[in-house]
Amino acid sequence: MSETREVVVRESGWLKVLRLVGVPFISVLLAMAVGSVIIAVTGGDPVAAFAALLQGAFGGPVQIGETILRTTPLIFTGLAVAFGFRANLFNIGAEGQLAMGALAAAWFGLLLAGLPTGLAIPLVMLGGALFGAAWAFVPALLKARVGAHEVITTMMFSWIALYLVSWIVTGPLSDKSGIPETPMLSSSVWLVTFDKFIAGIPPVRAHLGFIIALAAAAVVWWVLSRTTLGYSVRAVGFNPQAAENGGISIAWTTIWALCISGALAGLAGASEVLGVQHRLFDQVSTSSGFGFTGIAVALLAKNNPTGVVFAALLFGALAAGSGNMQLEANISPQIINIIQGLIIFFVAADSIVTWFIKRRQRLALESKVVADAE
Amino acid sequence: MSVLALREITKTFPGVVANERVSMSLDAGEIVALLGENGAGKSTLMNVAYGLLAADSGEVLVDGEPVRIRSPRDAIAVGIGMVHQHFMLVQPFTVTENIVLGQEPGRFGVIDFAEARKRVREISERNGLEVDPDARIADLSVGMQQRVEILKALYRGARILILDEPTAVLTPQEVRELFEVLRALVDSGLAIVLITHKLDEVMLAADRVIVMRDGRVVGETTPSVTDERGLARLMVGRDVVLRVERGSPHPGDVLLEVDDLVVDDERGLQAVRGVGLKVRGGEIVGIAGVDGNGQRELVEAIVGLRRPKSGRISLKGREITHAPVRETIAAGVSHVPEDRQRRGLVLQFDLAENLILGDHARPPVATFGVVHRKVVEDIAERRIRDYDVRTPSWRVLAGNLSGGNQQKLVLARELGRDPELLVTAQPTRGLDVGAIEFVHRRILAERDEGKAVLMVSMELDEVMALSDRILVMYRGEFVAEFAAGEADAERIGLFMTGGTTREAEAAVAGGGAG
Repeated sequence: MSETREVVVRESGWLKVLRLVGVPFISVLLAMAVGSVIIAVTGGDPVAAFAALLQGAFGGPVQIGETILRTTPLIFTGLAVAFGFRANLFNIGAEGQLAMGALAAAWFGLLLAGLPTGLAIPLVMLGGALFGAAWAFVPALLKARVGAHEVITTMMFSWIALYLVSWIVTGPLSDKSGIPETPMLSSSVWLVTFDKFIAGIPPVRAHLGFIIALAAAAVVWWVLSRTTLGYSVRAVGFNPQAAENGGISIAWTTIWALCISGALAGLAGASEVLGVQHRLFDQVSTSSGFGFTGIAVALLAKNNPTGVVFAALLFGALAAGSGNMQLEANISPQIINIIQGLIIFFVAADSIVTWFIKRRQRLALESKVVADAE
Repeated sequence: MSVLALREITKTFPGVVANERVSMSLDAGEIVALLGENGAGKSTLMNVAYGLLAADSGEVLVDGEPVRIRSPRDAIAVGIGMVHQHFMLVQPFTVTENIVLGQEPGRFGVIDFAEARKRVREISERNGLEVDPDARIADLSVGMQQRVEILKALYRGARILILDEPTAVLTPQEVRELFEVLRALVDSGLAIVLITHKLDEVMLAADRVIVMRDGRVVGETTPSVTDERGLARLMVGRDVVLRVERGSPHPGDVLLEVDDLVVDDERGLQAVRGVGLKVRGGEIVGIAGVDGNGQRELVEAIVGLRRPKSGRISLKGREITHAPVRETIAAGVSHVPEDRQRRGLVLQFDLAENLILGDHARPPVATFGVVHRKVVEDIAERRIRDYDVRTPSWRVLAGNLSGGNQQKLVLARELGRDPELLVTAQPTRGLDVGAIEFVHRRILAERDEGKAVLMVSMELDEVMALSDRILVMYRGEFVAEFAAGEADAERIGLFMTGGTTREAEAAVAGGGAG
């Protein structure tokens, strides 16, 4: 065999961690730094602002509950987008699949109100997932059969979903109050809030949906890393030609991946309806934006399910703390949107950050080579 | 005085020393072969000379004067030109348009094409390149496109010409013609560096050989005082078998049978036009031909990647004409594709994940859709050991392996499955001598175990070295068939480029007489 020196790049443990966590982390720091400059330039006090933000997000049980509340749907939509990305599919229509999941929850919630809670809730959640998946199925089929780009089709389907829900809450499922909303669901299908089972905390809005979201993250991780389906999804995402050569059907994998992505987004909608609103509102005028923030979450998490949980927590905390930032430090909550935008910008521009890391690595290596030589 | 001298060039990449204090010189009127295995540092060295890479230390001298070359622009300014393995030509443009690109003659933004065409024609004729200045690049053969690249360098005033693996894409005839052109160029005073890892080319074309290994110059010699074996020893650092021993075949039953197969390419044009072939167990059938004559489509149809238009494919009597890859794998077809990085491997997967591709959905690797990690790891460790994949562990990503080890990984997966039929295209493309020997041994071992092997290769040497029968493919059809003993490169080469039997006979007779 060849005596040529093998160049095998072995990633040491901390380097891998740095690559996975370091870049997003630095991106967040950079975004905060630029955000601080903006706050300072507009006459605010960055230190006070971030202190108020932290206080608003983690200052006590109620604040933490609020952060968890806002984190929950972002875990679902983050997972949804991330799962699509793993198959190299950009599900930009999670918003619409979420709306369909919410619709299913409201509808089945009304229908199944008579069943015992332990049976009704899983069924309603399942309905949400199925509606979300169904809404992703047509774009998936179009992609698999004729190559129609999913960015266009999922987006268009998203609008159809939002207006469909709009019509349903004013028509078939309207509670006839004149407000575009469905009747309130029976509390037997509500996802209970944490204060109901954690003794000694004040009433919080965080609900069981968070636990379901964490479970979903675990399941997604397991599917991706331990099943034939997850293997196929990753293979197609990385290199469809090699996947095809290994007997993997690109078409079927595409359909599965996009439908699972839709199902996860549908769960987000169902969880919001059962856990927060307890009814379905018009989605056009009160669109949550969770589907779109999910894209940012997936990007920041580098499509890693564990990362999704933490990225969602970050965005959840930013959202939860922004109100307090306005109250305490008199900073416009729009600053939070700017910081979110900056995070996405810096994550997307992570080649810059990666470049810095690589450069440092090389410098370290060179100094090591020199040291070894001396 | 040397026209080009490199002194003590050192270039490191993160984790590798690509060039370690390398010195060499080049005189006008000579062809110097820079010989070495992949990763020996030849291309790195020449990229430094051409300004594509910046050396960490060392200097470049042109005509004895130190020069600073920070970009190809600087290199061209001092008379250094380079022809890369992958041509950098604009396909829809004409030859002239390509050549003047970036150096258009004329004023005020108006290009003087008449002047440009005249100069191109003049340089082409003076050097015997025979390039039509008005031809579109897309219409030219690969060999001609290469000449356009050479012409481009000459147009820019190159006195020193570097060619990076120029013969990789050429037919035997084109190789011979290229060497004639190069000889004429050095006779007119040019200096040429030929980067290569092919020993026969060195013997044929070079005046002097500089051998590199592991980033260092390990020897310098001339073809007149050495032979291929000696060069190989220098290059690899030990004795190598250049042509593996091949026992006589023991053909068994027909395993693969292809009848009247028609296959279209992506554009819907007929790429395979009604071919038939049989491969027996214990037999290697080699398909020779110039790239793009339907070989790829034929292979893809057999392994199930492409649906044939008509015809029939069967394995052990069972029809697999329209079977998708999943089913052909189950039926006993293994495929070592021509492009291991695009078709063969998922570079972002670790070695274990790559080793189960194709088996990932069935026992023992997976049951009920759940992949069994322990089984995967066992398989990975066994295959890596059996196929001598050099790696610290299966956790390494496939993209981090060298080309030779990547190919071993593909072989480990495809042969480890114990197939009935091995279909392979270009099994040693881009590999160094040591790895080629390994791959050839493995393919022969499959044959000796009674497997059927169908091998497509653009490397005529390879087809001739391994095949028990040789089919020549031209424009989607088999135009000639040879038994192992009766094939000679000259005749096969003619068939490859569309020659007829009569021309082939004449060429051999003429070659013998001349």
